[in-house]
Amino acid sequence: MWQGFPLFPEQASSLAARVDEFYIFMWLVTAFFTVTISATMLYFAVRYRRRRADERPGEIHGSLALELTWTIIPLLIVVVMFVWATLLFFAQRRTPDDAMQVTVVGKRWMWKLQHMTGQREINELHVPVGKAVRLMLTSEDTIHSFYVPAFRMKMDAVPGRYNETWFRATKPGKYHIFCAEYCGTEHSGMIGWVYAMEPTDYQLWLAGGPAPVSLAEMGQKLFAERNCATCHTPQGAGRGPVLNGLPGSKVLLQGGEEWVADDTYLRESILRPSAKIVSGYQPVMPTFQGQLGEEDLAALIAYIKSLPAAAGDAAGRPSSNVPASK
Amino acid sequence: MPTQPITSETMPKEHYLNADYGIRSWLLTIDHKRIALLYLLSVTVAFALGGAYAVLVRLELLTPAGDFFTAENYNKMFTAHGVIMVFFFMIPAIPATLGNFLLPMMIGAKDLAFPRINLLSWYLYVVGFLVTLGALFVGGLDTGWTFYTPYSTAFANSNVVAAGVGIFISGFSSILTGFNFIVTIHKMRAPGMTWFRMPLFVWAHYATSLIQILGTPVVAVTILMVAAERLFKFGFFDPTRGGDPILFQHLFWFYSHPAVYIMILPAMGVISELVTCFSRKRVFGYDFIAMSSLAIAVLSFLVWAHHMFVSGMSVYAAMIFSALSFLVAIPSAIKVFNWTATLFRGSVSWQTPMLYAMGFIGLFLIGGLTGLFLASVGLDIHVTDTYFIVAHFHYVMVGGTIMAYLGGLHFWWPKMTGRLYPEWWARVSAVLVFVGFNTTFLPQFILGYLGMPRRYYAYPEEFQVLNVMSTAGASILGVGFLLPIFYLAWSMRYGRISSANPWPATGLEWQTPSPPPTENFPRTPVVDEEAYDYTRPPKEIALV
Repeated sequence: MWQGFPLFPEQASSLAARVDEFYIFMWLVTAFFTVTISATMLYFAVRYRRRRADERPGEIHGSLALELTWTIIPLLIVVVMFVWATLLFFAQRRTPDDAMQVTVVGKRWMWKLQHMTGQREINELHVPVGKAVRLMLTSEDTIHSFYVPAFRMKMDAVPGRYNETWFRATKPGKYHIFCAEYCGTEHSGMIGWVYAMEPTDYQLWLAGGPAPVSLAEMGQKLFAERNCATCHTPQGAGRGPVLNGLPGSKVLLQGGEEWVADDTYLRESILRPSAKIVSGYQPVMPTFQGQLGEEDLAALIAYIKSLPAAAGDAAGRPSSNVPASK
Repeated sequence: MPTQPITSETMPKEHYLNADYGIRSWLLTIDHKRIALLYLLSVTVAFALGGAYAVLVRLELLTPAGDFFTAENYNKMFTAHGVIMVFFFMIPAIPATLGNFLLPMMIGAKDLAFPRINLLSWYLYVVGFLVTLGALFVGGLDTGWTFYTPYSTAFANSNVVAAGVGIFISGFSSILTGFNFIVTIHKMRAPGMTWFRMPLFVWAHYATSLIQILGTPVVAVTILMVAAERLFKFGFFDPTRGGDPILFQHLFWFYSHPAVYIMILPAMGVISELVTCFSRKRVFGYDFIAMSSLAIAVLSFLVWAHHMFVSGMSVYAAMIFSALSFLVAIPSAIKVFNWTATLFRGSVSWQTPMLYAMGFIGLFLIGGLTGLFLASVGLDIHVTDTYFIVAHFHYVMVGGTIMAYLGGLHFWWPKMTGRLYPEWWARVSAVLVFVGFNTTFLPQFILGYLGMPRRYYAYPEEFQVLNVMSTAGASILGVGFLLPIFYLAWSMRYGRISSANPWPATGLEWQTPSPPPTENFPRTPVVDEEAYDYTRPPKEIALV
């Protein structure tokens, strides 16, 4: 807008302009009421200023019609705001299906980012313009918040769980990453850059480094090293539930509760297996708390998600992990 | 009937200030008016200290690089500013000083229902304050006033437990004051003082007290849980021990959002009194203003999660809390419209308390309306945890609560001390506060939208211009706040002697000498009219 004195950060994502439109609308409403009411008040204060010390104006008790007017009109206005803001929120929450995923791990005081293709970055994130990017965020210590003002996007990185958000960069450039949740001494130093690149440049960037091992492949290696396959067999005969087709499905827990096997569930079931036991299984899995870092966990989850979904069916067990018989 | 109220240019011979002498007579007093003055002194100390920390914070933010202080000390300074201002100034400021002084007098009572518990409240406040100050001065605290876990329980190397204990203790002061007010309002109203004849100041304090009683225990328990996790490694909030850090945020905001209304509701009560007295007209829509206070108190408990829209809550939870948060705008708007309508065909006087009241309405409009930005989830995601939030809540807290507090303090100063404050100086300081405040905090809305996160010790260079403006405004604001400390202190000794009812105003507190006698009224008043009857001159009062 103004070159030397900007009022808006750059609009560099598919949703930035929509957020700005709503923001401008909100300021118009704010300015309208602030100016109208203040001006009315000052007008009254001048027009009806005290002229004699013993002045006694008449009494006005109130007016039901006016009270209803200034209850109903603001109510209608906030309904408009609510609907508009909520539609915007849906767009911010609904990650497109074709999104590429990046795992974001906050750690005092840096951002560790990992692409599914295996590239790792610290305090820098390279993404192609025009492609939706899903961020799966977590933290190794305290709560952080991944904030890119140019994308009007922010999400907390909370230890012990995954939060998801997304963006689609629309303009090549270099944009601030800030940590927006106070995390201790160097909180203000936990900053970095997003590099939004033309797809061809992005391909060059991908090809630039040493040939990386993909996240799922790293997970597969870990899966083997930790002997997970001893119990979690694809055929379903093992002591642990079948993992093929598990991510995203509903599992029946001991006690009859149903639970969606999202990333946070998978993560918890690796670290503290006894927290949610699948119905029909014994709590025999050892805990991996303190033995696996956030990046290891992200790799394992990527591997589990990469397993073909059909294997469970082949063994006669439904892939929803609800045992056919007890 | 005389057209002017009876004025006595001499002080009453005996009043609550000279009823007894010596430090003991103050420290062991059970007179609500003296306890109010004890609070006045202590919250002024808190305000000065909290303000001093704000000055240091603004100084550091003058330049992008971290240069005046270390990052660690900066974090301790903004924490100290927040902790002192929120827990030891904003929450007690109006209820414990003006409320304590006026509430019994406004309903025609001799004192609060439990005078000794009232004194105990002050001692709990002081002990809590001293413990927290000790923690802040020796070693410091770097968690921010919000104590977010697991940072506060597992990472911070500062005095979390000691500061928490101080806040915990002072919490009981708040609970007891609320409890005392509620019992007093229910049981001690003078003959004829029906619920709907009560001044709106009393209604506002009734609503505030409900929040204090219902909300404060929750934060007290939360602080204990933080302490238990820090000291004994309980796993409430720390995910590595099976806890949930988000649980803390729910518990904390379940109190700390209503706490915002503990700060603003009494301020609204003050404004209702000021607007009506200085328009010399019955307040417009009495019932609606009274009931909107209760509506705000109820809604205050249903909106806490709007502080957590980016913590990872479900879409539906976010929608519900967003919708409920929008609803708070309605009772707030009702108040603002009614105050404005009160001026219509009034007899408006531009004295200092009215300047503050008009300032309040203008600034509270901005503070309240920018709150709607934050109730809008789609927009909150971008602006939360940035300077936009900082600007918003300072508009409500400083532009709202402190403006009302200063307006009320000037309005009732003659009643409290028996002397008038110097009007010229007071107007100068009111204008300085208004100008300084806007210069400090308007740029922060822009700063926040541009993306500057809060609690940043160093920041990218493109944010410097706005930060310099903000710091410049803060120095004007600082002068505006310092002036009253001097001229009010001066007026206690040298100010002109006030009549019993200098404005003149309705309300029972003005129908007794200034300063009032220890038992408040020479004889128990009988009320036979509604509040704010300005159609005729106030009743004469028997000064003997």
